[in-house]
Amino acid sequence: MKLHPILAGGLAALIWAAMPAAAAPPDTVSFIQSVEPPGLDPTSGSPVAAGQVTWQNVFEGLVRIDADGAVQPQLATGWTLSDDGTTLTFALREGVHFHNGAAFDSATAKFSLDRIGAEGSTNGQKALYAAIASVEAPEPDRLVVHLSHPDAQLIYRLGFPAAVMVEPTSAATNATDPVGTGPFRVQEWRRGDRIVMTAVPDYWGEAPRLSGITARIIADPQAQAAALRSGQVDLASELGAPELFTPFEGDPAFTTHVGTGEMEVVAGMNSARPPFDDPRVRQALMLSIDRNLLVQAAKSGFGTPIGTHFSPASPYYKDLTGLYPYDPARAKALLAEAGHPNGFTFTFKVPNRTYTQRAAEIMQAFFQQIGVTAKIETVDFPAAWVQQVMTDRDYDMTIIGHAEPLDIDIYARHPYYFNYDNPAFDAVIAGLADARTEEARADGFARAQEIIAQDLPALFLYSEPKLGVWKAGLHGVWENGPVPANDLTDAYWAE
Amino acid sequence: MRFLIRLAGVLLAASVLIFLLVEAAPGDPARIMLGMSAADDTVAALRAQMGLDRPMAVRYLAWIGGLLHGDLGQSLTYGVPVAGLMAERLAVTLPLTAMATAMAVAVAVPLGVLAGARPGAVADGLATVLAQAGIALPNFWIGLLLILGLSLGLGWFPSGGFPGWQAGWRAAGALVLPAVALAVPQAAVLTRVTRAAVIDLAEEDFIRTARAKGLGRGRVLWRHVLPNALLPVVTMLGLQIPFLISGAVLVEAVFTLPGIGTLAYQALAQRDLIVVQNVVLMFAAIVLVAQAVTDALYARLDPRLRGRE
Repeated sequence: MKLHPILAGGLAALIWAAMPAAAAPPDTVSFIQSVEPPGLDPTSGSPVAAGQVTWQNVFEGLVRIDADGAVQPQLATGWTLSDDGTTLTFALREGVHFHNGAAFDSATAKFSLDRIGAEGSTNGQKALYAAIASVEAPEPDRLVVHLSHPDAQLIYRLGFPAAVMVEPTSAATNATDPVGTGPFRVQEWRRGDRIVMTAVPDYWGEAPRLSGITARIIADPQAQAAALRSGQVDLASELGAPELFTPFEGDPAFTTHVGTGEMEVVAGMNSARPPFDDPRVRQALMLSIDRNLLVQAAKSGFGTPIGTHFSPASPYYKDLTGLYPYDPARAKALLAEAGHPNGFTFTFKVPNRTYTQRAAEIMQAFFQQIGVTAKIETVDFPAAWVQQVMTDRDYDMTIIGHAEPLDIDIYARHPYYFNYDNPAFDAVIAGLADARTEEARADGFARAQEIIAQDLPALFLYSEPKLGVWKAGLHGVWENGPVPANDLTDAYWAE
Repeated sequence: MRFLIRLAGVLLAASVLIFLLVEAAPGDPARIMLGMSAADDTVAALRAQMGLDRPMAVRYLAWIGGLLHGDLGQSLTYGVPVAGLMAERLAVTLPLTAMATAMAVAVAVPLGVLAGARPGAVADGLATVLAQAGIALPNFWIGLLLILGLSLGLGWFPSGGFPGWQAGWRAAGALVLPAVALAVPQAAVLTRVTRAAVIDLAEEDFIRTARAKGLGRGRVLWRHVLPNALLPVVTMLGLQIPFLISGAVLVEAVFTLPGIGTLAYQALAQRDLIVVQNVVLMFAAIVLVAQAVTDALYARLDPRLRGRE
């Protein structure tokens, strides 16, 4: 068959046109963002997704969390805490401007902090800043924060995306047209496809080496891998599927890194509902699961078994997996002791996510070995899951990843979906807020971890790694994930 | 005119049904937006800001009232006008489906005629097998194969994404593979329909008459069989529109195209109720109008149907 010459020419033109444009020396980076944020303001709405795009790149805070999870000064150059632990005084950086030209000073900082706790605030993390009683701006470069009670966690939390600095005239429109103090500003948002950010010319700090960064919205793991392979994106800080990660390892065109993340996958149980109100039942279920095998089968081996609600990424992490190791015989004995010699049947509400579905099926098989039958019920996530499990607390057992760092206090929240009520644990968490020294903090976290590792309001399964893949030659990318973020302010291409 | 009144009535009934179904779906958009750790008063504040604290009837009437003025409302999650969102997405989906349909017709009609002209011959066998395969293979699977072969393997086309129409030819290039994936099942069905129509027509008296008059096989096919065979093809095209829409949702997901299907899927996951309502109502309108147009075309092509109502 001979192609008509015009047709052949047209086809060739089409194919040529479809090819990526000739490679200019790269000074931009495009990264994969699997969940498109509904808005770009991390201080309202979905905190994680918005932060993954704009935190540090566009918005900055008084302090920031660095790649190692430590608190660093940012728009505040330093701070002091009063002896009674209730007054935080910040020295603010001078000469900082927002992208719209407005100057940053203590008045804007006061506005930003007041806004978090205000009546009608839509900051999803409002509860983390509840200790802030009032804020004063005595001088333009000095900010005084009065606390209603000591809160040792506050300085760390002020480094989160939810506490970035915003400016009064643009605060209301930050979701669609974000104005921050960061090295990049949002130039274009093609919803459903990409968010394009370009470097601002007069950034207060050291200028980034990239002229621009682009978030590409790609949810499907297959499509993520294809986009990397075909050169359409440069970086996936968290590839969606572990089985797609292995082929990139050893490929000289890419750099891969298995980093630690902050996400812990746990199977929460309704402690207010029999038989899960009996700690022995929860312990028996934990004993029936071989966590190493679970990680092998559900995550291609990428994951670290955990014994409590902390990830190995955390400096306060304690390895407590030895407390209830895989031991089906002991599990059966404990179950009999609790009055269930022949096991029982319960409903397992599993979000329709790949990792939760796989893990749940494997757990079902483990439970069966000790005579416990789990009836898996797939629940639409987030919509139906949030309603049924989080809001109505109508469930027996569920499974989900918790991504927020240092969030062990969720087991002391009343109400929260675990329906867990342990005054001893609550007291430890309350004491943590009062901790003045780093040692006292570490002690408190250790004690809190031990209590729930023993009592098991949830089955602690594994910590999710951060499977990073990026083009060879790209440097300055966060390898670990102490905060869910794509901070590209230090990224650059090597010659 | 009678048709328009009937269409408006059906659409109004559909709007009530869609609104109630979307309302009945579990999940609170404010809670979903705020994430797992938000406190109840924060959720309440956002609900009020989104206008979700108003009674159901008020929200329904506000939606329909707005529609009558051409105002589709504001997206709950994005906070921008729904009309603009939908227009951006249709600018991808409409060319995509048009391209797919053109490809399907261009392949299926000649193939079907060829197969039907000599039933049982080699060409017929081949076309039947191809059509069978085209129907059996889901279009997202075809999409994945195309990505593997033509994009990752040969590097001819991008593996997904859409550069925007300002990129000109590159934008059209980004739609080629998705259009092929979308066209294959459609082409398969159309091939079968064309083939069957051609075979049926061969039995008709007027064809036998034409042949008896000494017309050659090719001329008979071209002048008499093809125009009449197009009748069921056009009908089938109309009937396929709902499948085309649902296929586009999957294909857009595989190729990460920011089309209307992706918008509908995302909006549903986020419980962006007003966007879901508008998109689904538009789908309903498209299907209804397509059916009406098919009927009208059918009547045009087949004079015997005219005047029957």
